[in-house]
This record gives sequence, C-alpha cells and structure tokens, in this order.
Amino acid sequence: MKLHTPIDKNKLKNLNAGEEIYISGTIYTARDSAHKLLLQMINNNEKLPFELNGAVIYYAGPSPTKPGEIVGSIGPTTSYRMDKYTPDILKEGAAILIGKGSRNEEVKISLLENGAIYCAALGGAGALMASKVKSSSLVAFSELGPEAIYKLEVEDFPVIVVNDLKGNDIYECH
Amino acid sequence: MKRISFNNIVNSIKDSVIEINCVASKELLNKYDTGIMRENNELSKKVLINLKQNAIIAKEKMIPICQDTGTAVLFLEIGTEVVIDGGFIYDAIYEGVKLGYQEGYLRKSIVDNPLSRNNTGNNLPPIIHTKLVEGDTLSIVLLAKGAGSENMSAIKMMAPSEGINGIEKFVLETVKNAGSNPCPPITVGVGIGSNFEGVALLAKKALVKEFFEIPEDPNITKIEKDLKEKLNLLNIGPQGFGGKTSVFDVAILMEPCHIASLPVAVNINCHVIRHKKLVF
Ligand code: SF4
Repeated sequence: MKLHTPIDKNKLKNLNAGEEIYISGTIYTARDSAHKLLLQMINNNEKLPFELNGAVIYYAGPSPTKPGEIVGSIGPTTSYRMDKYTPDILKEGAAILIGKGSRNEEVKISLLENGAIYCAALGGAGALMASKVKSSSLVAFSELGPEAIYKLEVEDFPVIVVNDLKGNDIYECH
Repeated sequence: MKRISFNNIVNSIKDSVIEINCVASKELLNKYDTGIMRENNELSKKVLINLKQNAIIAKEKMIPICQDTGTAVLFLEIGTEVVIDGGFIYDAIYEGVKLGYQEGYLRKSIVDNPLSRNNTGNNLPPIIHTKLVEGDTLSIVLLAKGAGSENMSAIKMMAPSEGINGIEKFVLETVKNAGSNPCPPITVGVGIGSNFEGVALLAKKALVKEFFEIPEDPNITKIEKDLKEKLNLLNIGPQGFGGKTSVFDVAILMEPCHIASLPVAVNINCHVIRHKKLVF
C-alpha cells in the first residue's frame, strides 16, 4: 500500500496490523525533547513549527550528515518514551506516528479516537531508511542537535503498521 | 618494559570507533543469514533481509549501521610493564573517542548531566573499566552501546535458594518485557555472582566474552544453550513481529559471591553488534 502526505485519514481505516506501507511526501522528525517543547507551545497556544493536522511524525534523531549525503543514518528510536506526549499530539490531528516498540494503553485508545495509526520502521536500519530520504532540512529547535525537528522529503519510506484502526497490535497478535 | 605511544592509542581508538559503527562484522552478517534461513514467517524473513541490506548500505557509504552510535564502553587490561609515551592513557582514549565520533559523522548521544541534560557535543565521556594484569601487553575491548537495548536491561539480588530456575525465570521475564524495544534479534549478556555493582559489569562483559580468555565450562555452555532455546520460543522474533529468531546468542559470566547472595544481571544488546579488541 502506498500513501502520500498530507495523509487523508480515511485511507487509514482499512489498513491491517502487520501490513507494510510505503510513504511518500513530507515527514517530520521529533523525539523526546522536541515533543516536550511542542507540547509547551500547544499549551501556550503558540504557532507550531509545522502543521500537525494530517502530519506524519517520525521518532528519530539522525547521525550527522556526511558531505555529499542527504542525511545521516536515520532509524527509529524507541516510542514508549513519547507515550506521555502522544495523546495531545494526536488531538492536533497527526495521522501517522512512526517509531519502534509498543505503546501504552492510553496511546492506543487515543489512536483509535483520533483515527490515527502507529507504525514501526526498522530499528537499527538507519542506513537503509536514509536511502529513502530525498531531502532534509532543519525546521525547529536547532539547539537540540540530533533531537531537533527535521523536515524530510521521502519516497516509498517503508514502515509496518503496528496499531491499526481495528484495535489490532502486531506485537500482540502473534 | 614496553613503550606504547600516546598517538598510537589515539589513532587506533579513533579508527576503531568509526569502523565498528559503520562496518558490520562477518559474524553479524552470518547471523542475519542463519536467521533468514530459519524463519518461515514472511514478514520476519523480510525484516532480516532488510537488516542485512542495511548493513551492506552502511559499509558501502561508510555511514552508521544505526543512528544511535552509542556510548563508547571500554575494557582495558593494562600490563604492569606497559609505559605510555607522551601522555596519560585515559586522555588518549578520550581523544580517540572524540575524534572518531567527529570525523566519522557519528551521533553524539551523551548529556553532561542526567537531569539538566545538555549534550556534551563530542560523545564524551566514554565509560572505562580498567584492570591491571601482569606482563607487557595493553588490550582494549571497545563497544559502541546503544540505549534502546541498554534501557531494557535489569538487575536482581536473588535469594540463593532460587538457584538456576530462578535465574532462568528472571532472564526470560526480562527479555519478554523488553519485547520489540531493544531491536531484536538481541544478544543477552548474563552476569551471575559477584555483588551489586560487580554483577552488572559481568553482564556487560559477557556481551564481549569471546575477547577474553575464559576457560570453557560445560555447565555454563549448557545453560547458555538451554536459555537460548527457551528465549527463541518466546516468539518475539526480528523487530518483535514474531518468529524464531528473538535472540542471536546468550552469554553468561559467573564469579564467586557472598554466602547470602545470588546477584543476577541481564544486559541486552541489539542486533547491531558493534565491538572490537585492540592489542598493543
Ligand atoms: S537498540 Fe541498537 S539497533 Fe536499536 S536503535 Fe538503539 S542502537 Fe540502534
């Protein structure tokens, strides 16, 4: 299944846990510290550095870009550390979250309530994921170094559906 | 007396830090292959094929196999007849780690303070364990240790009466709880004995056991084999999507302990095994 950004949430309804999807378009990286700052901005009603509605968020902190390359190694980080912030991010309309590892019940419920899905990228496959990135630019929080928010243009970025909208979880259904 | 130059240590550490992060060893590629052959679930097989492909891309481009290029952990064995010419040995290691992470475009993942959390910007400090040994050899075992798997590790001070069954139960529980988080297939280092701080170190050292001359103990080999089989029946599988390859290996190290104690530690390493031994 191929998906293009911004994501039309209607297209997510029929996806199944364990299914591979290929995302093309714009995705944004954000991990621990970026989530913390985004939440502060949401709570203060400040304008966010990117449109969360329909967004794809990738929990990743790349290694530095080598001269001549588009981006460094860029695999997913473990998602549970973002659980605390996730329901609020989903309320703002984020459609697909990408990381690795399982989520808590609150996040799973919030995904269903907001019609969003959680997917896994391959953990420890940052070089492979980097080969799907066509351009990369810094969007916000440069002071965070690898934890800053990057805007990535990706082509056929491969992820696997973990939590679908039927309530299934690939980590639990085998 | 053997004289080893400060710069020789700096350069060797620098090169090795880059190499272990970007170039997968033959052993690791073989482990992927064995897994690919064993898995009959399509998704699990594909995951392993992609992990191997990732390692191949990383080597071609000399970029990190995984973006979390880890904490540098070093086990030093310093012969009492070794003299370092031109500086202090820890300074050489710091310099080598710093240069390696800078020049190799590796990610700097260390914060200066666990609460205020500012990135040190050069991946310093490394974690160094030093042992004095007889003779005129300096050996350094170097690991790049990612946090995803480190965070899933555990330690328990057990009652001696719990014995081997209790130990197995604890290892199984720890790996099961870790699930997909530590990027399986994992390697499980188990420390048994010593004391609270000693057992954690044993578990870490178990991950690189092959680099130390440890006489083989058939009892331990059997426990390792049994545990590996049991863990692979947990059906965690590559990346947690199910399958037969949840762990690549189990390695155990034991040491004497107090009559009232049975310390056990489980240190988990992800599929990206990054380590090397340097001998001067
Ligand atoms: S656990 Fe290992 S493979 Fe996974 S992200 Fe961390 S360092 Fe990379």
